[in-house]
Amino acid sequence: MHVFQVLKPGLFTTVQDMGRFGYLKYGVPISGAMDSFSLIAANLLTENSPTDACLEITLIGPELKALTKTYIAVTGGDAEPKINGKNVPMWQTLQLQEGDIISFGKMKSGCRAYISIKGGINTPLMLGSRSTYVRGGFGGINGRQLKAGDIIEGFATPPLKTEYLMPEELIPQYTGKFTVHVVLGPQADMFTENGITTFLSNPYKVTSEADRMGYRLEGPSIEHKAKADIVSDALLLGAIQVPKNGKPILIMRDAQTTGGYPKIAVATTPDISLLGQAKPNDAIEFFKITMQLSHEKTKAYYRLLNNLGAMLIKRPY
Amino acid sequence: MQAKIYESARYLPFGDSALVIEFGEVISLEANQKVIALNQAVSKANIIGVEETVPTYRSLLIRYNPLKITYEQLVFQIKDIEKNLNKLAAETEGRRIVVPVVYGGTYGPDLGFVARYHGITEEMVVKLHSEKEYRVYMIGFVAGFPYLGEVPDEIATPRLETPRLKVPAGSVGIAEKQTGIYPCEAPGGWRIIGRTPLKLFNPLQHPPALLRPGDTVKFKPISESEFKTNEGAILKGRMETCL
Repeated sequence: MHVFQVLKPGLFTTVQDMGRFGYLKYGVPISGAMDSFSLIAANLLTENSPTDACLEITLIGPELKALTKTYIAVTGGDAEPKINGKNVPMWQTLQLQEGDIISFGKMKSGCRAYISIKGGINTPLMLGSRSTYVRGGFGGINGRQLKAGDIIEGFATPPLKTEYLMPEELIPQYTGKFTVHVVLGPQADMFTENGITTFLSNPYKVTSEADRMGYRLEGPSIEHKAKADIVSDALLLGAIQVPKNGKPILIMRDAQTTGGYPKIAVATTPDISLLGQAKPNDAIEFFKITMQLSHEKTKAYYRLLNNLGAMLIKRPY
Repeated sequence: MQAKIYESARYLPFGDSALVIEFGEVISLEANQKVIALNQAVSKANIIGVEETVPTYRSLLIRYNPLKITYEQLVFQIKDIEKNLNKLAAETEGRRIVVPVVYGGTYGPDLGFVARYHGITEEMVVKLHSEKEYRVYMIGFVAGFPYLGEVPDEIATPRLETPRLKVPAGSVGIAEKQTGIYPCEAPGGWRIIGRTPLKLFNPLQHPPALLRPGDTVKFKPISESEFKTNEGAILKGRMETCL
């Protein structure tokens, strides 16, 4: 079913779901929504399965023409969504009529927003996921970002009888300052005590070299004990590796699956999702916690995600 | 830290959802065999909460779901498996795969450099590179990229100082004692000495990567016309592998 025609693609708009799991051993990254919390919320606001595919927009949103009556929700960074030029709210169900144009203003906070379509976006499953992996050239729409003229396909679904709103207190605020909880290791022992202190007591700025693969950060150099290279081993989402220049690199969803720099720490699961909203010039402070506390935070986060659907405000249409 | 194999494996937390078991800080057959053997045993054990494993040169990463298993339980179970590793058949025999390569010219722009670097002829580089059997130590970098080792010292060559922005798919390169094959076009700093028409990665196939850690690769020099014939056949989907 044709749902949207892409009039303008935006800066970097891709199809993403929760990611591709089980293929790291073949060198295939997890990919998926950089801010998975917002993806799940967008899906729930349109009565989708929480893991359905959405559009992920980056800083500058696309312009889309509805080819059918449909329902959408926009979540994540404040992208100023508009229907036919008129501002509409984020974090709630929106009804579109055939011919309606959805467009976006300037990203006022955060870096990425998610557009869900009732029924989910229909692109071929590649290795179990619809997520676009641009570097590998597969997933989403022909393995690439959207371009003008693309047609976004959906699944036929019955109309919604209820509209949903995210309760105000559950909407994350992206202030440009991120406190990221980390568990030290696996190679924290390759850094001096000074190096670890430097890492934990200074804000690091996101540089312009920041994309779906990872963010290079700028700030005081983190001191290694001796060498800054390791025999390559596995990389995973949320890891913070530090090459010879002492400037940390945060590993995100499309990163290579192995790497040769020591990893000083790994961000806790809920904070990785939040980091999907970090953009160049934002500041990140790292805060050390125990693995036990990290597990507690992660469990609480998963509980929240499981209950999120029931916590939404419902209004009959 | 000196390059070495540890006396006992190091168990290291990797954030709140992964565990790393390091066998050493070295590229060696012994360390890698332990990794592959543990990987196979862990996969077979079907531990509840284990989501996936990533074998590398000298360590195994295990991604787990902290809602289903605690870190302590996981470490306990893996240590138990590791303890019995030597009693199990150390490692299932890997497959032997022949990779046809056209060396030099536009297909291998760095062949001349490698030859000059070592003061030998290009023919000698080809002979040395294709004579040896290589172990697939791990798959990483980009989807399906095999890290193979180790090339003879006579052709081991440092990486380019400035990596190329685009290395064509199928390119065969050398980086120090490693050799590898680019499955898709990617930026890269390896010295490119040839190109294979083989397709190393196909997301529509299961498994998507042609090579697996523990496999053995032998390069076979072919001519440009053989390359073109093979390439055409692969593009038409008639030839998938050279097993």
